[in-house]
Amino acid sequence: MPLSRRSLLGVTGAVAASSLLPRPARSASLAKIRIGLLLPYSGTYAALGHNITDAMKLAAHEHGDKLGGREIEWVAVDDESDPAKAPANVNKLVVGEKVDILTGPVHSGVAMAMMQIVREEQTLTLVTNAGAQAVTGALCAPHVFRTSFSNWQTSYPCADVMLKAGHKKVALVFWNYGFGQESMAAFKEGFLKGGGAIVKEFPVPFPSTEFQANLSELASLKPDAVFVFFAGAGAAKFVKDYAAAGLREKIPLYGSGFLTEGVLAAQGPAAEGIQTTLHYAEALPSAANKKFREAFKKATTREADVYAVAGYDTVNLLSVALGKVKGDTAARKELIAALETARIESPRGPFRFSRAHNPVQDIYLREVKGGQQRVVSVALKDAEDPAVGCALVK
Amino acid sequence: MTLSLVALQLLNGVEQGLLLFLVASGLTLVFGVLGVLNFAHGSFYMLGAYLAFWLAERTGSLLFAVLLGVPLMLLFGFLVERLAVARLYQRDHLSQVLLTYGLVLLFNELSRLLFGNDVHPVATPALLSGSFKLGEVQSWPAYRLFTSLSCLVIALLLRYVILGTRFGMRLRAGASNAEMLEVLGVDVRKLFARVFSAGVALAALAGMLAAPLTTVYPGMGESVLVISFVVVVIGGIGSVRGAFFGALLVGIADTFGKVLVPSVSSAVVYAVMAAVLIWRPRGLFGAPAEAR
Amino acid sequence: MTARQRVQALLCAGALALLAVAAVGDRFWLQLFGKAMITCIFAISLDLLVGYAGLVSLAHAAFFGLSAYALAGLTNRLQLVNPLLTLPLALAAAALAALCIGWLSLRAAGVYFIMVTLAFTQMLFYLFSEAPWFGGSDGLYLSQKPLLSILGRPLLDLGNRTAAYLFIFAALVLSYFFLSRLLRAPFGRVLAGIRGNEQRTRALGFSTARYKLTAFVIAGAVAGLAGYLDAALYGFVNPAELGWRQSGLLLMTVLLGGRGTLYGPILGAFLLTFLEHYGARLTDHSSALIGAVVILVVLFLPRGVAGLVERGGRG
Repeated sequence: MPLSRRSLLGVTGAVAASSLLPRPARSASLAKIRIGLLLPYSGTYAALGHNITDAMKLAAHEHGDKLGGREIEWVAVDDESDPAKAPANVNKLVVGEKVDILTGPVHSGVAMAMMQIVREEQTLTLVTNAGAQAVTGALCAPHVFRTSFSNWQTSYPCADVMLKAGHKKVALVFWNYGFGQESMAAFKEGFLKGGGAIVKEFPVPFPSTEFQANLSELASLKPDAVFVFFAGAGAAKFVKDYAAAGLREKIPLYGSGFLTEGVLAAQGPAAEGIQTTLHYAEALPSAANKKFREAFKKATTREADVYAVAGYDTVNLLSVALGKVKGDTAARKELIAALETARIESPRGPFRFSRAHNPVQDIYLREVKGGQQRVVSVALKDAEDPAVGCALVK
Repeated sequence: MTLSLVALQLLNGVEQGLLLFLVASGLTLVFGVLGVLNFAHGSFYMLGAYLAFWLAERTGSLLFAVLLGVPLMLLFGFLVERLAVARLYQRDHLSQVLLTYGLVLLFNELSRLLFGNDVHPVATPALLSGSFKLGEVQSWPAYRLFTSLSCLVIALLLRYVILGTRFGMRLRAGASNAEMLEVLGVDVRKLFARVFSAGVALAALAGMLAAPLTTVYPGMGESVLVISFVVVVIGGIGSVRGAFFGALLVGIADTFGKVLVPSVSSAVVYAVMAAVLIWRPRGLFGAPAEAR
Repeated sequence: MTARQRVQALLCAGALALLAVAAVGDRFWLQLFGKAMITCIFAISLDLLVGYAGLVSLAHAAFFGLSAYALAGLTNRLQLVNPLLTLPLALAAAALAALCIGWLSLRAAGVYFIMVTLAFTQMLFYLFSEAPWFGGSDGLYLSQKPLLSILGRPLLDLGNRTAAYLFIFAALVLSYFFLSRLLRAPFGRVLAGIRGNEQRTRALGFSTARYKLTAFVIAGAVAGLAGYLDAALYGFVNPAELGWRQSGLLLMTVLLGGRGTLYGPILGAFLLTFLEHYGARLTDHSSALIGAVVILVVLFLPRGVAGLVERGGRG
């Protein structure tokens, strides 16, 4: 099943044209279920948007392209990962296209803009990537779920890992924006609680990839280890620079799992020995993961990644919940209850929602060995985000 | 901070500055002679890096990639100048900004179409994969030293071409008065096309040299673009010498900004630029002539 | 019809169409056109600089964003929801910032001016996305939308979509008439003189620096009005709103529509709104499409869409 963005857009275009006309009342069981995708298809995060979309369509295909007995209409909008355009884009999907269910986005700033509108409009929303704490924290809502992770989940468990390895004095290096700041806060929470000390913090302006000044200072400070947050091109460059500066052998490097996601090939031997924590690893031996990875590769000719997993799970969770209410999206209370109690066997392991609607999931410790990501152990079993400020958690 | 660490950071700043100079030199040259403010300059840097990745993968050597890539980009620059930029010499800066901004959007999509959205590695040449010891913990990759030396050599070459050759003479004459040059029988159109494609090639060469250090990814030109504008403005628009010292100043300011005020380090470079302009509104080496 | 009559007819028809949208009350179109009208206010304020004073500024998004952040700060920190208080304060913040940035930037001319304004925009962008006290890169919510009530009775509630839409409409009409009056006044003629030949205007005894700074501050304040409305409409502010990309996009809007005519940028704003809304559906590479449109307009329509209107739409 080759999935192309073009065919998706073709569908969208047709939908858009028809949505401007008054639609005849059709019985709920026959009408197609409209699923909105607010994802980046251009710009820095385009690869993520495509992987999430393709994995969602793959999962849908495995359910016979039906959810709760209803056919699916995908309505995609390229959010360009631009928060300045986000309100207009969300408005287009939620108010203009009147989607039944909204999914996305990748960028946390876009997610924050989205939350404001879906809270006003009461749209059933499944966040497929953005890890901002507020989504299932201060801004949590009964009709908003997240199928990916919270920033806390990807960093907090690493504190314990590093303490157990005997690293007491640690330096932090991170991109100085929301994702990086929240990851560091979570790590510090765990690390200080466990009796560790932070030697120094190095915020690097996002998206700068100039690290020499920080590396020289790191080398002079000689901490026990370094914990970092970078992703994409920044992660690739940091890991290479770190190794080239001769620090790799002397000061062990740890990070939130995004440090090595999708850039392992670009990092090459420089990534050897890096340990990271994340809710997924490509090498997980479970049958569910193997099956998913094979199917994704067959459908897209690309390797699946952590982003694709979230997309895949999103549709599988919807399939379970919509199956329970027989595709009746008007039965909101029942639909939300069905999502809250849904349990699926995700490629990442067992999956369920917390009371704040964030995944409760195992966090794995992974290590790069021989150019491959190996799973070392489960760093934190059933990790549940603290959901600070969420009214759903009482 | 110990003295040796200060020296080390100074070295980091100079190294960053030298590569910045290579990007900025093309930008300032094009502005100085053609009077065109080229927002697509960062895109040429990006295209150079992608070309290095693509050619190095096929030829197996970065050196071959550079030897093949630079002439290709010279040609590409020539085409862009003939097809689009040449129509703008009589127009104001706003039209130039917009046309070249449109080119940025176009080239970004072009690189996405050709190379996809992934981050690509470019291997360091085997000959330069070693490193030198620097202090007790840190070491200095040989390739960084190589890029710094290359940039210095190119800077000296540019100086020679501008000050010591006939082409350089025309170039300087073109920068101060193109009409006069035309009257004297010099084919200004040809001169402009050559200068523009030289600027494109310089940007692309910088991208090629930087590729093994930075990896290659979509949108990599944009951050380089804004910072090289800062360099050019600090140095004085149109002055290659200014770009050299401006680049060093920016490299050093950025490095020490990161060390001394890490939480607002990205604003430091812009603050330096504002300070320089308040002190000398035409940059360090800018001509005091009428506004261009 | 003369060109002038044609333009007036076009503007009246447009205004009526916008009011018709309010009467129909479809919430989607209210939002879409509400946003488009905000872009119109933003664009005509930049046109005052670009089209009339000959100042190509890349700092314009800064004033839009600062005013939006000012509203967020006043609402969230000081619990001020009365627009009679927050609107003047937000506009004052934008005007003050324009005064400082303008005073410094206007020391430079031509290309240097473009670059200095770019530098200030970048500085503010980084300040707002990195420094902890502005909500960081993910942006900020307004705890409540502006609300004017007298004796407990709500008089103007910007949380209500139709009310917000009509308020934006009124703001656009007022901004348009304010700027066109200003440009017909002696002030506007001096600006035109500066754009044509600054030295001569100075020789005639006008302090051109002061006129340019005044224009910069007025444009900044009107941009602030647009920023205030944007924050009020969506209840959300983000540092991306004050980056140079926003300034660049706005310049594109002004040029596409036709600078030096106040109605041109309005046409440009609506044209780009439609292009973005429908263009994304036609092609996978919408930014290449926009890039190509920009290049073609620069090369073949130097006076923008307004130039077409004035020639009566026939070649």
